[in-house]
Amino acid sequence: MSTRAVPSPTTEVRATPPFATPAAIRRRGLTEPGAVRAALLAVAIGFLALFVAAPVATVFGQALSKGLGAYLAALRTPDALAAVRLTLLAAAIAVPLNTVFGLLAGWAIAKFRFRGRSALVTLIDLPLSVSPVIAGMVFVLLFGRSGAFGPWLTEHGVKIIFSTPGIVIATMFVTFPLVAREVIPVMQAGGTEEEEAARVLGAGGWNIFRRVTLPNIKWGVLYGAILCNARAMGEFGAVSVVSGHIRGKTNTLPLHTEILYNEYDFQSAFAVASLLVFLALVTLVARSAVEWRARRLAAEAEALVPREEAA
Amino acid sequence: MKRGSPASGSAGRARPPRVPWRSSGNRVLPGFRLTLGLTILYLTLLVLLPLSMLALKSVTLGWDGFWSAVSAPRVMASYRLSFGAAFAGAALNGLFGTVVAWVLVRYRFPGRRVADALVDMPLALPTAVAGIALTALFSSNGWIGRPLEAAGLRVAFTPLGVVVALTFIGLPFVVRTLQPVLESLDPEVEEAAASLGAGRWQIFRRVLLPALVPAWLTGFALALARALGEYGSVVFISGNMPMKTEIAPFVIMSKLDQYDVAGATAIAVVLLVTSFALLAGINVLQAWTARRGLAG
Repeated sequence: MSTRAVPSPTTEVRATPPFATPAAIRRRGLTEPGAVRAALLAVAIGFLALFVAAPVATVFGQALSKGLGAYLAALRTPDALAAVRLTLLAAAIAVPLNTVFGLLAGWAIAKFRFRGRSALVTLIDLPLSVSPVIAGMVFVLLFGRSGAFGPWLTEHGVKIIFSTPGIVIATMFVTFPLVAREVIPVMQAGGTEEEEAARVLGAGGWNIFRRVTLPNIKWGVLYGAILCNARAMGEFGAVSVVSGHIRGKTNTLPLHTEILYNEYDFQSAFAVASLLVFLALVTLVARSAVEWRARRLAAEAEALVPREEAA
Repeated sequence: MKRGSPASGSAGRARPPRVPWRSSGNRVLPGFRLTLGLTILYLTLLVLLPLSMLALKSVTLGWDGFWSAVSAPRVMASYRLSFGAAFAGAALNGLFGTVVAWVLVRYRFPGRRVADALVDMPLALPTAVAGIALTALFSSNGWIGRPLEAAGLRVAFTPLGVVVALTFIGLPFVVRTLQPVLESLDPEVEEAAASLGAGRWQIFRRVLLPALVPAWLTGFALALARALGEYGSVVFISGNMPMKTEIAPFVIMSKLDQYDVAGATAIAVVLLVTSFALLAGINVLQAWTARRGLAG
């Protein structure tokens, strides 16, 4: 029994049928001719190289174009450091709040059946189909000077738009569904039997969640939080609308990158951008790790159950 | 302990009892009211309330103001570019994304894992970084821009550049929706077709492709939705020339900069409503093909 998680009909030779030798399979038209395979492979790799690998390489190429010293200097300017702080702050608030929401929503949606459940899921997904610029704009409509709460806010001297709270709220809006989207399927796949068994044995709600549900979903939650964090730190359009671009005060890392770029200071812009690329790479590695682990667990579980194969 | 409806875990032998709206679907597990209530509260405060401001604000414009804001030539040009480029980008992703998904699932080659992880890069990379990187890459003295311009093809600061950026941004969607479907395809169906004498292309066209169409449509719709609203990765490479390379979100942004909040709202509402309608249409199409696939 192979330990590879994903069997492929073209390279996997299954144990039982004696006529399933590689040659026989090939003869029976289950694989493409070699030339076609090579062409498809070239197209796929070329597409990925052109559209994904090349831009990433460009960032580092441009960032280091004036040498390592200039690269580090660009990262140490007060504006850059302030941007880092603001980015981290926005993420530190948005990610935990949206994670808690994701868990709440997951519990309500995955463990119960009720009318309007799919409507609720659609509503939760709403921020994903809204343009980031529109997402920022709705908060200007709410909290801006001429907005719904504008007069009240000016009266009390509270600044939301063009200030940190606005950035945090806009970030929360755009990253709102990300944890829930990861958690809900995992919770649904887990079913309700384990939780019900715990209930029957007398556990209270919090205990059931903490000791039965949470261990089952922790990788989904972790991955959702990582995605949420990546989006929170990288959000550009929505934050651009609410921030006012005040250097050193209301600029996140992406906004700071834009300012440097618009001033034609390309090397610094790409240097700051490279920080965000590192973040993206960490996100990708984490995703691969979570997926690899999930596949390994699935393969192990499958290996435990004897396969009933028709002879 | 409350006696409630049969545990939802019981295999579907008996149909689950009809659930009236007031009571929860599962009375065994606690916390339904609390979690649902908090969920709806958070959703309303953070998402529904702000979005409803759009509708409210556009109503105050009045029909004439709304229409004049939306039908201005500059705005119409931006709609044309946004929708056209989004379709083109999603179509490119539909084509190449299928190839990439096929190659990643069916072939084994060195670096496959890396390629698989790279597919998610457009999702993980901040849009502004993608924007400046693509611009640097495709501009006149960029690594790819220079040879292309020597061949007479200008990418940066043209609608083609917008298409390139939107292709980048939608790349993961088709690939990631097709991959699970490809992985779960039953090889026995292919083998049956082969044993009945079908050639490879026949098998692909008549066995594999129909099974993939619903997932492909989903991926296409997701890529399209993302591309329609995309801002950060496009505004750098597009050049933002009015009537030529301005995307709709950029027009919204510049209206806001001029404090024309009402105009910006009108443009945003049209963009949102059209996107929703488009996606709803694709959803219907996808459900239809899925039903046909099962029946046929």
